Amino acid sequence: MATQNTKTLARLMMAPSVLLLLVWMIVPLAMTLWFSFQNYNLLDPSSDGFAGFFNYEFFYTDPAFFQSIWNTLVIVGGVLLITVVGGIAIGLLLDQPIFGQGIVRILVISPFFVMPPVAALIWKNLIMHPGYGVFADIANLLGLQPVDWFAQYPLFSIVIIVAWQWLPFATLILLTALQSLDSEQKEAAEMDGANFFNRFIYLVLPHLARSITVVILIQTIFLLGVYAEILVTTNGGPGYASTNIAFLIYRTALLGYDVGGASAGGIIAVILANIVAIFLMRAVGKNLDR
Amino acid sequence: MARSVTTGRKITATIVAWVVALIIFFPILYTIITSLKTEPEAIAGFNLIPSGTFENYINVQTQSDYLKPFMNSVILSVGSTILALIIAIPGAWAMAFSPTKRTKDVLMWMLSTKMMPAVAVLVPIYLLFRDFGLLDSRIGLTVMLTLINLPIVVWMLYTYFREIPGEILEASRMDGAGLWQEIVYVLTPMAVPGIASTLLLNIILAWNESFWSIRLTTTNAAPLTAFIASFSSPQGLFWAKLSAASTMAIAPILILGWFSQKQLVRGLTFGAVK
Amino acid sequence: MGSITLRHVSKTFGEAKVIPDINLEINDGEFVVFVGPSGCGKSTLLRLIAGLEDVSGGQILINGKEVTAAAPAARGLAMVFQSYALYPHMTVRNNIGFPLKMAKMDKAAIDKKVEAAANVLNLTDYLERRPSQLSGGQRQRVAIGRAIVREPSAFLFDEPLSNLDAALRGTMRLEISDLHNQLKTTMVYVTHDQIEAMTMADKIVVLNRGNIEQVGSPLELYKSPRNLFVAGFIGSPRMNFIEGAYAQSRNAKTVGVRPEHLILSKESGLWTGTVTVAEHLGADTFLHANVDGFGPITARVDGEFGVKHGDRVYMTPDESKLHRFDDKGLALGNAVVAA
Ligand SMILES: Nc1ncnc2c1ncn2[C@@H]1O[C@H](COP(=O)(O)OP(=O)(O)O)[C@@H](O)[C@H]1O
Ligand SMILES: [Mg+2]
Repeated sequence: MATQNTKTLARLMMAPSVLLLLVWMIVPLAMTLWFSFQNYNLLDPSSDGFAGFFNYEFFYTDPAFFQSIWNTLVIVGGVLLITVVGGIAIGLLLDQPIFGQGIVRILVISPFFVMPPVAALIWKNLIMHPGYGVFADIANLLGLQPVDWFAQYPLFSIVIIVAWQWLPFATLILLTALQSLDSEQKEAAEMDGANFFNRFIYLVLPHLARSITVVILIQTIFLLGVYAEILVTTNGGPGYASTNIAFLIYRTALLGYDVGGASAGGIIAVILANIVAIFLMRAVGKNLDR
Repeated sequence: MARSVTTGRKITATIVAWVVALIIFFPILYTIITSLKTEPEAIAGFNLIPSGTFENYINVQTQSDYLKPFMNSVILSVGSTILALIIAIPGAWAMAFSPTKRTKDVLMWMLSTKMMPAVAVLVPIYLLFRDFGLLDSRIGLTVMLTLINLPIVVWMLYTYFREIPGEILEASRMDGAGLWQEIVYVLTPMAVPGIASTLLLNIILAWNESFWSIRLTTTNAAPLTAFIASFSSPQGLFWAKLSAASTMAIAPILILGWFSQKQLVRGLTFGAVK
Repeated sequence: MGSITLRHVSKTFGEAKVIPDINLEINDGEFVVFVGPSGCGKSTLLRLIAGLEDVSGGQILINGKEVTAAAPAARGLAMVFQSYALYPHMTVRNNIGFPLKMAKMDKAAIDKKVEAAANVLNLTDYLERRPSQLSGGQRQRVAIGRAIVREPSAFLFDEPLSNLDAALRGTMRLEISDLHNQLKTTMVYVTHDQIEAMTMADKIVVLNRGNIEQVGSPLELYKSPRNLFVAGFIGSPRMNFIEGAYAQSRNAKTVGVRPEHLILSKESGLWTGTVTVAEHLGADTFLHANVDGFGPITARVDGEFGVKHGDRVYMTPDESKLHRFDDKGLALGNAVVAA
């Protein structure tokens, strides 16, 4: 196959994808970088010119900045914890022989296909609403005071919604990995006298390690950018209580019209994402050399 | 396991699994139920049996013109997916069948573009769209969705194409097939299942994309994601109507999603888990 | 007509020189087997002949015509791949007929030829099935069917039997030999299995690290291997190599004795050893013994020769069948100079 003209043809065939992505990567990123060093406010055309690190300083010294970093970490960490632990548990459950396995699977994965604004609205109004939500109904039934989730625990509420959306993803991937575990290996471990707990620790968990890594990394990429769920439920509030980095940048740019500041925030977000990306690329890259 | 499982254990597992599954599915189920209630019923406390009215579905259409964002969602998701496939198929093909030393780097680099946070380029994209008059246009958003999903499309196609054994292509060459015949008679039939899976998953991703589709549209090009997000500040308690709109927004993709479980794993893990 | 000539053919992959320089003449109608250990370049050489890889240097001639730059299909060769490489989405009929369809033959003629081939290969009942519905042996036959309908000037086989189980391999070996007798078309067959090479070939080409070690009929290679490599590779069980004093006494660096050329006795002999393992195959027994003075030796004895682990045995080499090698590993000729 490896003849000379196939090689030339191959380059030609790859060109559209490569060039498009190259432009898509370089142009906006370069613009963001440029803006981040400019005085640029959409409402105030008089302010322009080079700003040095002012935007970064401004963004960085804003108390909302540290809160939003913290919030980002809470969302990412909380969702990861819930989905990975839950995903392993449900994966193990669905790996058992059960009646109606196909339907159970469909039910479990469904939340993943619900678009974020819908997921947020359902949870906000039908489930967590302090007056008419299902949680309030349950509280009333038990004679408790209903909780106003989004006012009292805004960040936690968002974590719950996002975790609900991503749990199916973790479950599906971990279940796929569990099913690829050689049943002879499990039987051998059983013959060797390992009980369920030991089999889980010494056999199942190491087998899942790579899949768990992949789940964590891929989810992190998406979770760093949680946006619609916040927009629809708390709009970042109360105050900045549920504003993550992505939402703060949006607020700065499109609500505060501060292009320079938002761009500086964008560059910080890129740096954060790249730290995660490096690890993800390693995990995926290893898989390429078969 | 070869060993027969006791029925008792299977029944226990079944019960637990169903309870867990129903809890997870409950918000969706309850939305569907609520969509069949009247507005007063919807806020009258927990109730799983609706009166069964379709009034809300009719209201969503007559009061909010549901069909328009629905058609936008269809056009944007299908359009951007087909565009992405047209661009990606030749590239993925070349990387799978004539790999070079740099193929791996190119793939990894493509993956890395997917990791750029959307907000980081919100400002320039917004300004570019504004200056080119692309805000709230289907074309603009289609291009956007094509670009953000292109790496996943290339990757998915690549993992499918790579599974087509090279020896089969060589066999067809030995059998006298020219490049065109090789593509028509051998490669296409073998690649179609992978392309179809990619198409399916990508439509789902594009349908649910909720950053650019909300930020870059207002009314004309707004797909269902933006339409639903506009319900976040409702004038009053129209929960039954909200539920009907939500049900209609997720139903088509939910059904597509059920058919694409396997592809989902492969597509979203970039082939790292199959 | 199907003669193939290689002139100074070489192949480099990046840095790696897989085939340094090969000259070879394959005559029309010959059954030639390329044999050698895994990774020695057999497949590469076959693929160069097929045109699936470009040569890095040298010339390839088919029927005296230079084809070095010709496309695979233009060379008039047919190939049977190790993985069979059947088209999974086509029926057996369409698989076999594919090369004819590519040659723009009309449908009636294709059907006729496909059915004739199916008849020869016992595939008539399976013509409408897909490859996935066939057994390994049947798939193999479809791959061969696809090759014969083209009436090529030569067949190329790349380890066609390595995916089959032992029993089926034996049967298919016979079928391919039979096919060669019927068609009398040149066949170039690649294998790492020296038994396949010995049983099927008119001419064996022993390859090692991309170089030809020896070319000859199976018996020539067996009787007079040119060097240690060929001596060790051809013949089963492997030839015993003995160095040291005994070899020096025969004016050689190394002396080779095939297991079947040792005369065994329970009473007396030149060498004495202790049986480690006796593999009883029924008609024959392979004795692995630790011989006093120079270590493990394998001998092939009659199945009736009853010994077991731990027994003492005596053995004497058949001096007329000794192989002697110099310090470069080259054969010194069979004539034994008695010490
Ligand atoms: N396309 C290729 N690129 C780089 N090296 C190759 C390629 N094909 C084969 N090789 C190398 O060439 C050598 C011979 O391979 P091959 O002809 O397949 O051996 P055999 O068929 O005898 O087992 C091996 O070391 C192999 O790694
Ligand atoms: Mg080989």
